[in-house]
Amino acid sequence: MQKKFSFPTLLAALAFVLAVLSHLPAGEAAGKNIILSTTTSTQDSGLLDVLVPLFEKKSGHSVKTVSVGTGQALELASKGEADVALVHAPSLEKKYVADGKLLNRRLVMYNDFILLGPASDPAQVKSTKSSPKSSIDAMKRIAASASRFVSRGDNSGTHNLEKSLWKQAGIEPKGAWYIESGQGMGATLGIANDRNGYTITDRATYLAFRKRVTLAILLEGDKPLLNIYSVMEVNPANGPRINVAGGKTFADFMVAPETQALIKSFGVEKFGQPLFIPVAGMREEQVGE
Amino acid sequence: MELVWQGIKHACWLLFTGDAEVLGITLFSLQVSGAATGLSLVVGIPLGILLAMKRFPGHGLAVSLINTGMGLPPVVVGLFVTIFLWRSGPLGYMELLYTPTAMIIAQVVIAFPIVAGLTMAAFQSLNPNLSLQLLGIGASTPQLLWLLCKEARLPLLAAIMAGFGGVISEVGASMMVGGNIRGQTRVLTTATVLETGKGNFEIAIALGLILLVLTFAVNLLLTHIQQREQIRWPKPS
Repeated sequence: MQKKFSFPTLLAALAFVLAVLSHLPAGEAAGKNIILSTTTSTQDSGLLDVLVPLFEKKSGHSVKTVSVGTGQALELASKGEADVALVHAPSLEKKYVADGKLLNRRLVMYNDFILLGPASDPAQVKSTKSSPKSSIDAMKRIAASASRFVSRGDNSGTHNLEKSLWKQAGIEPKGAWYIESGQGMGATLGIANDRNGYTITDRATYLAFRKRVTLAILLEGDKPLLNIYSVMEVNPANGPRINVAGGKTFADFMVAPETQALIKSFGVEKFGQPLFIPVAGMREEQVGE
Repeated sequence: MELVWQGIKHACWLLFTGDAEVLGITLFSLQVSGAATGLSLVVGIPLGILLAMKRFPGHGLAVSLINTGMGLPPVVVGLFVTIFLWRSGPLGYMELLYTPTAMIIAQVVIAFPIVAGLTMAAFQSLNPNLSLQLLGIGASTPQLLWLLCKEARLPLLAAIMAGFGGVISEVGASMMVGGNIRGQTRVLTTATVLETGKGNFEIAIALGLILLVLTFAVNLLLTHIQQREQIRWPKPS
């Protein structure tokens, strides 16, 4: 047996590696950490990669951004597992605010949802100047013609918007034509594109995937399709160890004039148009006017 | 296929230009999964030896649990570790959620049953007469265990490789307990998921390839150690 690489040396080497590796950075001092629960769209658009480092530099706080669907983001905040929430589902948000779980809801920015579908448009939902259609009409037509529709099905902000459209149209979507992907917007766009179905997406994700999606924009600019993002602070009564002051500092930062100016210019260079339009200080009815 | 080719080119470019963020993520993945594998050896090898050599009440149940644990779905581990580490959870006071420590904890839970199960199999496949002989020539218990470990070193190295392979490649638990936070808890697998979600498929493919190369390099090293002492089978004449 060769003695060069004997088993004891190997074990000793492993122990050494282990000792070195276990000196990883642990959690920072309490009170400096802020947990931000937010949606995949703010993360995937790259906006937070710009705003969070700036906030950390200015405030000295360290932000842990957890991006999940809006439903989960709100639930985490209401359980006190996050300190501040940045999400996009106004009707759902208002429920949490009414229950006292979340406080001080402030509008931050908006963009819009668009209805995509195959260019052949089997359900005839395309809105033109000569025959303008509302998003509610479009949903009715899709259901009536049983045209394939791909839903997020994940209680995200986009899914909540879709559900409210079905509700307003008086339709309970089910059947073979109604597909629930249960995945993020990017994956859902891929499925809709592959299966040649209709889907609703936020504009930022569509722009990121534009090159790979052959579906056409069939309907846009309708008022119910506004996609409004708000920031909310967490009620300290929701649980132990909530960083209330840190959460408020982040919320204040999101609506501050300098941050709003940054949001306005974000994405122009890459997409030729801003991905979000800042609306801090406005009332919800004024948005998109 | 065009896309895959673009991804390969992008991966080479990222590696050779020494992209700081990608290098950081790669090293961090290696640190977290390396530490987790190391810790799971400390727990898993003694546990495997115990299960192979001792009979005690509940032994069958323990063996079944370890065998089931070898196939634990990472996302389930992630869910339970998350609930334990929540601020409202039993370990919430430690403020570990969304830290590298939390990721190591989850990965140890995934890897140690793999190590224990393979260690157990390795020891059970040793000739029982070997222990008798070693005891017969007066070996103490530590000496006996040491010699048996040496005898079983080839399958033990396989256990290390399987444990490491299991944790470096898992995404569900790292995503849930780590949160995929940029510069803090982002590893190669979670970064791949993120870039796919953003529609940056070239970068996603590049990250995936880097992960493959990394796993390959680690396994090459371990295989090299393992195979240099390979038994030489007699050639048929």
